[in-house]
Amino acid sequence: MSLKGKAYIMGAWEHPTRKATDKSVALLHAECAKGALEDAGLTKNDVDGYFCAGDAPGALGPLSMVDYLNLKCRHVDSTDVGGSSYQVAVGHALEAIAAGRCSVALITLAGRPRSEGMATGTAPRAGNPTAPDMQFEYPYGPTVVNQYAMCAARHMYEYGTTSEQLAWIKVAASHHAQHNPHAMLRDVVTVEDVVNSPMVASPLHRLDCCVISDGGGALVVTSPEVAKSLKRPKVKVIGVGESPKHQMGGEVDLTYTAARWSGPPAWEMAGIKPSDIKYASIYDSFTITVLMQLEDLGFAEKGQGGKFVMDGNLISGVGKLPFNTDGGGLCSNHPANRGGITKIIEAVRQLRGEANPAVQVKNCDLALAHGTGGSLGTRHCGSTVILERE
Amino acid sequence: MADRKIPFIGAPETNPETKPFFDGTAAGKFLIRRCTACKKAHWYPRSLCPFCFGDCAWEEASGDGTIYSVSVMKRAETPYAIAYVQLAEGPSMLTNIFTDNLDALKIGQKVKVKLVPAEGGPPLPVFTPA
Repeated sequence: MSLKGKAYIMGAWEHPTRKATDKSVALLHAECAKGALEDAGLTKNDVDGYFCAGDAPGALGPLSMVDYLNLKCRHVDSTDVGGSSYQVAVGHALEAIAAGRCSVALITLAGRPRSEGMATGTAPRAGNPTAPDMQFEYPYGPTVVNQYAMCAARHMYEYGTTSEQLAWIKVAASHHAQHNPHAMLRDVVTVEDVVNSPMVASPLHRLDCCVISDGGGALVVTSPEVAKSLKRPKVKVIGVGESPKHQMGGEVDLTYTAARWSGPPAWEMAGIKPSDIKYASIYDSFTITVLMQLEDLGFAEKGQGGKFVMDGNLISGVGKLPFNTDGGGLCSNHPANRGGITKIIEAVRQLRGEANPAVQVKNCDLALAHGTGGSLGTRHCGSTVILERE
Repeated sequence: MADRKIPFIGAPETNPETKPFFDGTAAGKFLIRRCTACKKAHWYPRSLCPFCFGDCAWEEASGDGTIYSVSVMKRAETPYAIAYVQLAEGPSMLTNIFTDNLDALKIGQKVKVKLVPAEGGPPLPVFTPA
């Protein structure tokens, strides 16, 4: 049985804050939940499924948050695969709804790394000492940036990708962010601005990196029956895929991402191809993340991502594939160091025709939102969601 | 260049599965695991082969390798090079390259293992240009 179209995203809400010094993480989750449910036209008492990931406060998965929110659920899921968890959650909500295990699924993400002064990308982090990889990796100072930088270095080595090509991704994001009043970085930047910004971890510059922001977002995924009863435009879930990628016992290959594996089942379920997509939200922790995922999802041939992103090809109204029209993680928001949910929220805005008019894609009927969580340089998960306006 | 202090908090915790590796570095040996069934070497060391779940034996590696990818962390108090080095035995491992000229490091460059002291624990394998 295909799961295509067995669930709809009927509520989507992004917290406007980018710095939440006066709020708890639980409150941010709650404000996002409230915003998404109001957007859908539902109440908290309609929720019978709750989905969260590692950013949810408390030690036991969803338990603290269902208690705090006072939800009565018959289904919960707290699969944590970093920033890709929320695409995974949409897929799992689709499965749960199709199986009759819930009919109104609430997904929340929130965090405040900016207020907490976290050096998200540049400080080596002490991992969980029980992780079997830790003692063979942590001593060497892996940071988020230098792990992604090794992917960029290898991509450049194998395919001739250049820093200027990577810079075009940031340039496109900045063109979109200028229209988003909530974006952290609203100034339009040039290729020169990016390549002349300070090197953080070679070959990635400061402007190749996403922002560090507080905030969050939430989604409400419902059964077709519930969707019919609501007034909002219906955004149908037509394709999902998820897959982790890692070091493969030492057969390390940094030239591709898990999107190579999460994409095909999503395309197959949806019955469409990359050229059918009118708008794409592509996880943008770094410029290289975007470039590799575009290749692995089939928007560009492997190794040709650099050429694909040049000359404004990702800018709405200019290029062939408008991407991250809210400014993405590179310019607008990367709440809790996890950009998965904001990718889905902007795809929903585009499909509803509710994106900022300056970046709204005309006749936007098919959109994709892809997440990457963890590190491309060691182990990560890719998750793909394809959505259709009904 | 003075050897950079390896940036970790405390010594790597060993466990019964990995203790022989760190006993090895303390004795001046760089050990890897190879499967007794499928004969493939892997990284990081596991008792059950990650390719076939066969039992693995320890062996001393040649210490020869090639840089698969490298990045110089510039935004650090002391810049350092993180890299994947593909060992002559096959698998690639995350490590550091120690050199006076970080910016000259290149993918494809031959490197050689060096066991360096780590604060409060056994020596750890890093690499230097061959």
